[in-house]
Amino acid sequence: MSDSTATGHALAAEPHHEHPSFQRHHFETVDQQFDATNFAMWLFLLTEVMFFGGLFTAYLILRNWYYPAFVEGSHQLSIFWGTANTAVLITSSFTMAMGVWCAETRRKSALLLCLGLTVFLGLIFLGIKSIEYHEKWEKHHVPGFHYSEQSFLNPSSDPEVYKEYHDAPLAADMANKTELYFFLYFAMTGMHALHMIIGIGILGFMIVRAKAGAYTNGHVTFVENFGLYWHFVDIIWIFLYPLLYLISRHT
Amino acid sequence: MNNEEKEVEHHHIVSPRIYLIIGGALLILTGTTAGVSYIDLGVFNAVVALAIAVFKASLVVLFFMHVKYSSRLTKLTVIAGIFIFLGLIGMTMSDYISRAWGRW
Repeated sequence: MSDSTATGHALAAEPHHEHPSFQRHHFETVDQQFDATNFAMWLFLLTEVMFFGGLFTAYLILRNWYYPAFVEGSHQLSIFWGTANTAVLITSSFTMAMGVWCAETRRKSALLLCLGLTVFLGLIFLGIKSIEYHEKWEKHHVPGFHYSEQSFLNPSSDPEVYKEYHDAPLAADMANKTELYFFLYFAMTGMHALHMIIGIGILGFMIVRAKAGAYTNGHVTFVENFGLYWHFVDIIWIFLYPLLYLISRHT
Repeated sequence: MNNEEKEVEHHHIVSPRIYLIIGGALLILTGTTAGVSYIDLGVFNAVVALAIAVFKASLVVLFFMHVKYSSRLTKLTVIAGIFIFLGLIGMTMSDYISRAWGRW
Protein backbone atom coordinates (compact mmCIF):
# COMPACT_ATOMS: atom_id res chain seq x y z
CA MET A 1 0.00 0.00 0.00
CA SER A 2 2.27 2.71 -1.26
CA ASP A 3 1.22 6.21 -0.42
CA SER A 4 4.03 8.00 -2.07
CA THR A 5 4.55 11.71 -1.89
CA ALA A 6 8.16 11.51 -3.02
CA THR A 7 9.21 14.60 -1.06
CA GLY A 8 12.75 13.35 -0.60
CA HIS A 9 13.14 12.79 -4.31
CA ALA A 10 11.56 16.06 -5.29
CA LEU A 11 14.26 18.04 -3.50
CA ALA A 12 17.11 16.21 -5.16
CA ALA A 13 15.51 15.60 -8.51
CA GLU A 14 16.77 17.15 -11.64
CA PRO A 15 14.01 18.30 -13.94
CA HIS A 16 14.83 15.60 -16.49
CA HIS A 17 11.36 14.20 -16.90
CA GLU A 18 7.86 15.34 -16.15
CA HIS A 19 5.68 13.25 -13.90
CA PRO A 20 3.12 13.75 -11.14
CA SER A 21 4.61 14.32 -7.69
CA PHE A 22 3.12 11.05 -6.43
CA GLN A 23 4.91 8.92 -9.01
CA ARG A 24 8.01 7.32 -7.54
CA HIS A 25 11.14 7.52 -9.61
CA HIS A 26 11.66 3.79 -10.02
CA PHE A 27 8.39 3.49 -11.96
CA GLU A 28 8.08 4.33 -15.64
CA THR A 29 4.48 5.45 -15.45
CA VAL A 30 1.70 6.05 -12.91
CA ASP A 31 -0.12 3.04 -14.38
CA GLN A 32 2.89 0.82 -13.78
CA GLN A 33 3.14 2.06 -10.21
CA PHE A 34 -0.57 1.39 -9.68
CA ASP A 35 -0.32 -2.13 -11.13
CA ALA A 36 2.72 -3.01 -9.02
CA THR A 37 1.19 -1.88 -5.72
CA ASN A 38 -2.15 -3.45 -6.64
CA PHE A 39 -0.42 -6.77 -7.33
CA ALA A 40 1.42 -6.52 -4.01
CA MET A 41 -1.87 -5.93 -2.21
CA TRP A 42 -3.37 -9.03 -3.82
CA LEU A 43 -0.35 -11.09 -2.74
CA PHE A 44 -0.88 -9.88 0.82
CA LEU A 45 -4.54 -10.90 0.59
CA LEU A 46 -3.46 -14.39 -0.55
CA THR A 47 -1.45 -14.74 2.67
CA GLU A 48 -4.61 -13.71 4.52
CA VAL A 49 -6.55 -16.42 2.67
CA MET A 50 -3.99 -18.96 3.92
CA PHE A 51 -4.30 -17.60 7.47
CA PHE A 52 -8.09 -17.79 7.65
CA GLY A 53 -8.01 -20.96 5.56
CA GLY A 54 -6.37 -22.81 8.46
CA LEU A 55 -9.18 -21.77 10.78
CA PHE A 56 -11.85 -22.77 8.27
CA THR A 57 -10.18 -26.16 7.80
CA ALA A 58 -10.05 -26.73 11.56
CA TYR A 59 -13.75 -25.88 11.73
CA LEU A 60 -14.55 -28.28 8.89
CA ILE A 61 -12.72 -31.23 10.47
CA LEU A 62 -13.79 -30.65 14.08
CA ARG A 63 -17.41 -30.02 13.14
CA ASN A 64 -17.47 -33.40 11.42
CA TRP A 65 -15.77 -35.16 14.31
CA TYR A 66 -17.81 -33.63 17.12
CA TYR A 67 -20.95 -33.01 15.12
CA PRO A 68 -23.59 -33.01 17.95
CA ALA A 69 -21.46 -30.66 20.05
CA PHE A 70 -20.96 -28.22 17.17
CA VAL A 71 -24.66 -28.29 16.27
CA GLU A 72 -25.82 -27.55 19.81
CA GLY A 73 -23.04 -25.01 20.25
CA SER A 74 -24.20 -23.05 17.23
CA HIS A 75 -27.77 -23.13 18.49
CA GLN A 76 -26.51 -20.67 21.09
CA LEU A 77 -25.94 -18.02 18.42
CA SER A 78 -28.60 -15.52 17.44
CA ILE A 79 -29.52 -15.69 13.75
CA PHE A 80 -31.12 -12.27 14.12
CA TRP A 81 -27.89 -10.56 15.20
CA GLY A 82 -25.82 -12.54 12.71
CA THR A 83 -28.04 -11.54 9.80
CA ALA A 84 -28.19 -7.91 10.94
CA ASN A 85 -24.40 -7.81 11.17
CA THR A 86 -24.03 -9.32 7.69
CA ALA A 87 -26.27 -6.58 6.29
CA VAL A 88 -24.27 -3.90 8.15
CA LEU A 89 -20.95 -5.23 6.84
CA ILE A 90 -22.18 -5.54 3.25
CA THR A 91 -23.46 -1.97 3.41
CA SER A 92 -20.05 -0.83 4.69
CA SER A 93 -18.44 -2.60 1.72
CA PHE A 94 -20.80 -0.67 -0.54
CA THR A 95 -19.88 2.68 1.04
CA MET A 96 -16.18 1.76 0.73
CA ALA A 97 -16.63 0.91 -2.97
CA MET A 98 -18.37 4.27 -3.42
CA GLY A 99 -15.41 5.89 -1.66
CA VAL A 100 -13.09 4.48 -4.31
CA TRP A 101 -15.35 5.94 -7.00
CA CYS A 102 -15.36 9.34 -5.25
CA ALA A 103 -11.54 9.32 -5.16
CA GLU A 104 -11.34 8.33 -8.83
CA THR A 105 -13.72 11.10 -9.86
CA ARG A 106 -12.05 13.58 -7.45
CA ARG A 107 -15.02 14.34 -5.20
CA LYS A 108 -13.42 15.26 -1.90
CA SER A 109 -16.45 15.89 0.32
CA ALA A 110 -18.26 12.81 -1.01
CA LEU A 111 -15.11 10.76 -0.36
CA LEU A 112 -15.02 12.00 3.24
CA LEU A 113 -18.70 11.09 3.62
CA CYS A 114 -18.11 7.57 2.27
CA LEU A 115 -15.09 6.97 4.49
CA GLY A 116 -16.99 8.34 7.50
CA LEU A 117 -19.97 6.07 6.78
CA THR A 118 -17.65 3.08 6.42
CA VAL A 119 -16.14 3.81 9.85
CA PHE A 120 -19.63 4.26 11.31
CA LEU A 121 -20.92 0.95 9.91
CA GLY A 122 -17.72 -0.80 11.00
CA LEU A 123 -18.31 0.43 14.55
CA ILE A 124 -21.97 -0.72 14.43
CA PHE A 125 -20.72 -4.17 13.42
CA LEU A 126 -18.29 -4.29 16.35
CA GLY A 127 -21.03 -3.02 18.67
CA ILE A 128 -23.38 -5.86 17.66
CA LYS A 129 -20.50 -8.32 17.98
CA SER A 130 -19.82 -7.09 21.52
CA ILE A 131 -23.51 -7.61 22.43
CA GLU A 132 -23.13 -11.21 21.28
CA TYR A 133 -19.80 -11.69 23.06
CA HIS A 134 -21.30 -10.26 26.25
CA GLU A 135 -24.11 -12.81 26.14
CA LYS A 136 -21.56 -15.63 25.79
CA TRP A 137 -19.65 -14.21 28.73
CA GLU A 138 -22.76 -14.10 30.92
CA LYS A 139 -23.68 -17.71 30.04
CA HIS A 140 -20.11 -18.91 30.75
CA HIS A 141 -19.62 -19.91 27.13
CA VAL A 142 -16.19 -18.30 26.80
CA PRO A 143 -13.69 -21.18 26.64
CA GLY A 144 -11.13 -21.17 29.40
CA PHE A 145 -13.03 -18.68 31.59
CA HIS A 146 -15.16 -20.76 33.97
CA TYR A 147 -16.63 -22.54 30.97
CA SER A 148 -19.99 -24.16 31.74
CA GLU A 149 -21.46 -27.14 29.88
CA GLN A 150 -24.78 -26.74 31.64
CA SER A 151 -26.70 -25.65 28.50
CA PHE A 152 -25.61 -28.86 26.77
CA LEU A 153 -25.78 -31.43 29.59
CA ASN A 154 -29.22 -30.16 30.53
CA PRO A 155 -30.64 -28.11 27.62
CA SER A 156 -33.94 -27.33 29.37
CA SER A 157 -31.94 -25.30 31.90
CA ASP A 158 -31.45 -22.78 29.07
CA PRO A 159 -35.13 -21.99 28.31
CA GLU A 160 -34.55 -19.32 25.66
CA VAL A 161 -32.60 -21.68 23.40
CA TYR A 162 -34.55 -24.77 24.42
CA LYS A 163 -37.95 -23.44 23.36
CA GLU A 164 -36.63 -22.91 19.85
CA TYR A 165 -34.54 -26.03 19.29
CA HIS A 166 -35.61 -28.68 21.87
CA ASP A 167 -32.08 -30.06 21.94
CA ALA A 168 -31.48 -33.47 23.47
CA PRO A 169 -28.96 -33.59 26.36
CA LEU A 170 -25.43 -34.42 25.23
CA ALA A 171 -23.34 -37.13 26.89
CA ALA A 172 -20.62 -35.74 29.14
CA ASP A 173 -17.74 -36.45 26.72
CA MET A 174 -19.61 -34.77 23.84
CA ALA A 175 -20.83 -31.81 25.92
CA ASN A 176 -17.16 -31.30 26.75
CA LYS A 177 -16.47 -30.67 23.06
CA THR A 178 -18.82 -27.68 22.88
CA GLU A 179 -15.93 -25.73 24.41
CA LEU A 180 -14.03 -26.48 21.20
CA TYR A 181 -16.89 -25.03 19.16
CA PHE A 182 -16.76 -21.83 21.18
CA PHE A 183 -12.99 -21.75 20.96
CA LEU A 184 -13.25 -21.73 17.16
CA TYR A 185 -16.18 -19.30 17.30
CA PHE A 186 -14.10 -16.79 19.26
CA ALA A 187 -10.92 -17.45 17.28
CA MET A 188 -12.62 -16.92 13.91
CA THR A 189 -14.93 -14.02 14.76
CA GLY A 190 -12.22 -12.52 16.98
CA MET A 191 -9.58 -12.53 14.22
CA HIS A 192 -12.20 -11.12 11.88
CA ALA A 193 -13.03 -8.38 14.39
CA LEU A 194 -9.31 -7.62 14.84
CA HIS A 195 -9.04 -7.10 11.09
CA MET A 196 -11.96 -4.69 11.28
CA ILE A 197 -10.41 -2.77 14.18
CA ILE A 198 -7.18 -2.40 12.19
CA GLY A 199 -9.24 -1.36 9.16
CA ILE A 200 -11.11 1.28 11.14
CA GLY A 201 -7.77 2.64 12.38
CA ILE A 202 -6.51 2.94 8.80
CA LEU A 203 -9.81 4.55 7.77
CA GLY A 204 -9.26 7.20 10.47
CA PHE A 205 -5.81 7.89 9.04
CA MET A 206 -7.30 8.08 5.54
CA ILE A 207 -9.96 10.58 6.63
CA VAL A 208 -7.24 12.91 7.94
CA ARG A 209 -5.26 12.54 4.71
CA ALA A 210 -8.35 12.88 2.53
CA LYS A 211 -9.21 16.18 4.24
CA ALA A 212 -5.85 17.45 3.00
CA GLY A 213 -6.85 16.36 -0.51
CA ALA A 214 -4.45 13.41 -0.66
CA TYR A 215 -6.65 11.04 -2.65
CA THR A 216 -8.51 13.41 -4.94
CA ASN A 217 -5.48 14.51 -6.93
CA GLY A 218 -5.46 11.50 -9.27
CA HIS A 219 -3.49 9.27 -6.87
CA VAL A 220 -6.07 6.70 -5.78
CA THR A 221 -3.76 3.74 -5.05
CA PHE A 222 -4.09 3.87 -1.29
CA VAL A 223 -7.89 4.13 -1.30
CA GLU A 224 -8.19 1.41 -3.94
CA ASN A 225 -5.89 -0.99 -2.07
CA PHE A 226 -7.50 -0.31 1.29
CA GLY A 227 -10.83 -1.03 -0.42
CA LEU A 228 -9.47 -4.45 -1.41
CA TYR A 229 -8.59 -5.13 2.24
CA TRP A 230 -12.01 -4.02 3.50
CA HIS A 231 -13.86 -6.14 0.92
CA PHE A 232 -11.65 -9.11 1.78
CA VAL A 233 -12.68 -8.81 5.44
CA ASP A 234 -16.29 -8.68 4.20
CA ILE A 235 -15.77 -11.94 2.26
CA ILE A 236 -14.42 -13.69 5.37
CA TRP A 237 -17.63 -12.74 7.18
CA ILE A 238 -19.76 -13.87 4.20
CA PHE A 239 -18.40 -17.39 4.90
CA LEU A 240 -18.35 -17.19 8.71
CA TYR A 241 -22.01 -16.20 8.80
CA PRO A 242 -23.52 -19.37 7.24
CA LEU A 243 -20.93 -21.70 8.81
CA LEU A 244 -21.34 -20.45 12.37
CA TYR A 245 -24.96 -19.28 12.42
CA LEU A 246 -27.05 -20.95 9.75
CA ILE A 247 -26.12 -24.47 8.71
CA SER A 248 -26.83 -26.17 12.05
CA ARG A 249 -30.35 -24.88 12.56
CA HIS A 250 -32.11 -28.08 11.51
CA THR A 251 -29.71 -30.75 12.62
CA MET B 1 -17.14 -0.33 -23.20
CA ASN B 2 -15.47 -1.82 -26.26
CA ASN B 3 -12.78 -4.47 -26.21
CA GLU B 4 -9.95 -2.25 -27.31
CA GLU B 5 -10.52 0.05 -24.38
CA LYS B 6 -10.58 -2.93 -22.03
CA GLU B 7 -7.07 -3.95 -23.02
CA VAL B 8 -5.54 -0.49 -22.92
CA GLU B 9 -7.38 1.19 -20.07
CA HIS B 10 -5.49 0.37 -16.88
CA HIS B 11 -7.70 2.27 -14.55
CA HIS B 12 -11.28 1.39 -15.26
CA ILE B 13 -13.72 3.35 -13.11
CA VAL B 14 -16.66 1.22 -12.00
CA SER B 15 -19.87 3.25 -11.95
CA PRO B 16 -22.00 3.84 -8.81
CA ARG B 17 -24.91 2.16 -10.61
CA ILE B 18 -23.02 -1.15 -10.66
CA TYR B 19 -22.03 -0.76 -6.99
CA LEU B 20 -25.68 -0.11 -6.12
CA ILE B 21 -26.92 -3.16 -8.05
CA ILE B 22 -24.26 -5.41 -6.49
CA GLY B 23 -24.84 -4.01 -2.98
CA GLY B 24 -28.59 -4.58 -3.38
CA ALA B 25 -28.06 -8.11 -4.71
CA LEU B 26 -25.80 -8.94 -1.75
CA LEU B 27 -28.43 -7.74 0.74
CA ILE B 28 -31.17 -9.74 -1.02
CA LEU B 29 -28.95 -12.85 -1.00
CA THR B 30 -28.29 -12.35 2.71
CA GLY B 31 -32.04 -12.29 3.34
CA THR B 32 -32.47 -15.36 1.13
CA THR B 33 -29.82 -17.42 2.88
CA ALA B 34 -31.25 -16.49 6.30
CA GLY B 35 -34.76 -17.43 5.11
CA VAL B 36 -33.66 -20.74 3.58
CA SER B 37 -32.01 -21.74 6.86
CA TYR B 38 -35.49 -21.86 8.44
CA ILE B 39 -36.61 -24.51 5.91
CA ASP B 40 -35.54 -28.07 6.69
CA LEU B 41 -33.58 -29.35 3.69
CA GLY B 42 -31.50 -31.97 5.48
CA VAL B 43 -27.90 -31.99 4.27
CA PHE B 44 -28.82 -29.48 1.60
CA ASN B 45 -29.12 -26.69 4.18
CA ALA B 46 -25.32 -26.56 4.32
CA VAL B 47 -24.98 -26.98 0.55
CA VAL B 48 -27.40 -24.15 -0.26
CA ALA B 49 -25.93 -21.83 2.40
CA LEU B 50 -22.40 -22.38 1.10
CA ALA B 51 -23.45 -22.03 -2.54
CA ILE B 52 -25.06 -18.67 -1.75
CA ALA B 53 -21.93 -17.62 0.18
CA VAL B 54 -19.69 -18.54 -2.77
CA PHE B 55 -21.95 -16.57 -5.11
CA LYS B 56 -21.91 -13.53 -2.80
CA ALA B 57 -18.13 -13.71 -2.45
CA SER B 58 -17.80 -13.90 -6.27
CA LEU B 59 -19.89 -10.75 -6.66
CA VAL B 60 -17.68 -8.93 -4.14
CA VAL B 61 -14.46 -10.10 -5.82
CA LEU B 62 -15.61 -9.36 -9.38
CA PHE B 63 -17.26 -5.98 -8.85
CA PHE B 64 -16.36 -4.39 -5.49
CA MET B 65 -12.76 -5.55 -5.89
CA HIS B 66 -12.80 -4.77 -9.63
CA VAL B 67 -11.35 -8.13 -10.70
CA LYS B 68 -13.73 -8.26 -13.67
CA TYR B 69 -12.05 -5.09 -14.94
CA SER B 70 -8.50 -5.92 -13.83
CA SER B 71 -5.41 -7.10 -15.65
CA ARG B 72 -4.79 -10.76 -16.44
CA LEU B 73 -2.09 -10.78 -13.76
CA THR B 74 -4.67 -9.89 -11.09
CA LYS B 75 -7.12 -12.48 -12.39
CA LEU B 76 -4.38 -15.13 -12.37
CA THR B 77 -3.40 -14.14 -8.82
CA VAL B 78 -6.97 -14.55 -7.56
CA ILE B 79 -7.40 -17.89 -9.31
CA ALA B 80 -4.05 -19.09 -7.93
CA GLY B 81 -5.19 -18.15 -4.43
CA ILE B 82 -8.44 -20.09 -4.74
CA PHE B 83 -6.63 -23.04 -6.27
CA ILE B 84 -4.00 -23.26 -3.51
CA PHE B 85 -6.65 -22.80 -0.81
CA LEU B 86 -8.78 -25.65 -2.18
CA GLY B 87 -5.68 -27.78 -2.80
CA LEU B 88 -4.50 -27.41 0.80
CA ILE B 89 -7.96 -28.19 2.19
CA GLY B 90 -8.23 -31.18 -0.16
CA MET B 91 -4.85 -32.59 0.87
CA THR B 92 -5.53 -32.04 4.58
CA MET B 93 -8.93 -33.72 4.30
CA SER B 94 -7.52 -36.67 2.36
CA ASP B 95 -5.07 -37.25 5.21
CA TYR B 96 -7.67 -37.02 7.98
CA ILE B 97 -10.30 -39.09 6.14
CA SER B 98 -7.89 -41.88 5.27
CA ARG B 99 -6.24 -42.26 8.68
CA ALA B 100 -7.96 -41.35 11.92
CA TRP B 101 -11.54 -40.61 10.96
CA GLY B 102 -13.86 -41.46 13.83
CA ARG B 103 -11.02 -42.84 15.98
CA TRP B 104 -10.09 -39.72 17.88
